[in-house]
Amino acid sequence: MISKRFSILCVLFFFFGFSNLLASEAIQKESTNQEEKGFDFGELLMHHVKDAYEWHFFTLANFDATIYLPIIAYKNGEGFEVFSSRKVSDGNSYHGYEIEEGHLRRQDGSKFFDLSITKVVASIFISAILLLLIFIRVARKYKGNEKKAPHGLQAFMEPLVLFIRDDVAKPILGDKTYFYLPYLLSIFFFIWINNMLGLLPGAANVTGNIAITCTLAIFTMIIVNVSGNKHYWLEIFLPPGIPLWLLPIMWIVEIMGIFTKPFALMVRLFANMISGHMIILSIIGLIFLFGEMSQGLGWGIALFSVAMSTFMLSLDLLVAALQAYIFTILSALFIGLAVQDAQH
Amino acid sequence: MDLLLPQFGLIFWTTIVFLLVLFLLSKYAWKPIINAVRERENSIDEALRTAEKVKEEMAALSADNEKLLQKAREERSKILKAAKENADKIVADAIEKASDAARKLAADAKQDIDNQKQAAIAELKIQSGKLALNIASKLLQKELAGQAEQESYMKKLIEDLDFNQN
Repeated sequence: MISKRFSILCVLFFFFGFSNLLASEAIQKESTNQEEKGFDFGELLMHHVKDAYEWHFFTLANFDATIYLPIIAYKNGEGFEVFSSRKVSDGNSYHGYEIEEGHLRRQDGSKFFDLSITKVVASIFISAILLLLIFIRVARKYKGNEKKAPHGLQAFMEPLVLFIRDDVAKPILGDKTYFYLPYLLSIFFFIWINNMLGLLPGAANVTGNIAITCTLAIFTMIIVNVSGNKHYWLEIFLPPGIPLWLLPIMWIVEIMGIFTKPFALMVRLFANMISGHMIILSIIGLIFLFGEMSQGLGWGIALFSVAMSTFMLSLDLLVAALQAYIFTILSALFIGLAVQDAQH
Repeated sequence: MDLLLPQFGLIFWTTIVFLLVLFLLSKYAWKPIINAVRERENSIDEALRTAEKVKEEMAALSADNEKLLQKAREERSKILKAAKENADKIVADAIEKASDAARKLAADAKQDIDNQKQAAIAELKIQSGKLALNIASKLLQKELAGQAEQESYMKKLIEDLDFNQN
């Protein structure tokens, strides 16, 4: 009994000693990087929420836990060029490519397509593979067990699938539910798993990246406008009860509406996810900001920061599911508006 | 501001990955899952409906049973009633017949007794007549020697006889 407690204490002391070392190391690194300016808070935040060409986990003493991801560049006339991002790290240049302010540039300034597997792209690959593994596994369990109650992972996922079907799709889409359901399910679980993975320490900020939310919003926009029926287009070009001279103005407003709906989807998800990350990072950053003034103050703030960031992370767990749900239900709503019949 | 500018590479890869995920999940996950769930829901619905139907049938069956029982009970009481009436009738008939027979027997007996009585009376009359005749003849043989006396006496006898006959 006593030895067990003692060993737990040892582990705790070791852990705190370790994190102390980690923290001081981080401060040291930041302050050596920004010699004149001291600890640059904004820079730290941006570094953590933005995409990068390498996947940096942590730096401990002289050990840098970084995975250098492949860079893929396509230039008209020269074709594809694939190389490790290690070659352009630390300000080096390779075949005329260099990284400037976090972006790949050509030294001569000419244009090219940057198709690199960045941290965010790698993260999407991982979440996509996880998604496929989970759901194909779940789907296999149904084979031959159609009339049995779900078990295990299947029992966890089935209520979620049914929730999207019965509470999101069905009330809005009615008899067209089963046509749009695969898209709604895919987008819900894709956003959710990326939100959740983004909360892990060292993970990429996927859904807090505007390119990702933009792409997903464009998907919804395309589906809405492709499935828009006669009634939907009539509402846009010939809204009932509008005087003829007002029509050109209505056209502008309505056509803007086509784009503002997905724009709202894009910004909502992006802003929610990035703000969650930033708040947690800011609270943690306070430790180092105050630690720079005095070590004691830093430790004092650490108590507050750990408690606050624990709370914020729990909140973000909720937000992760909530934002996925909101994106899905709004997509369903926009699709519903486009496919509904005139009598509504 | 850099944060708000979507990167072309990210859009490109996200599009590819999401389309792949959408296609693969639709084909290998959502379709089997949704189909299985719908099938299960249908089978549950059907089971519930069958249970309801069986319940109704059971109710109808028990109602039928009740009706049959009721009918059987009525039949039984009817049969019992008829049997009782029959028995009563048989007993009544028997009593009547017996009393008739008894009455007839009594009447016959009375008739017999009357007949015997008449016969006995007649016999007695004949015997007493014979006896009287015998005595009379014996008396007469002794007393009535002359013709005139005989005739007057005979006349007197005949008158008496006629009177007696009445």
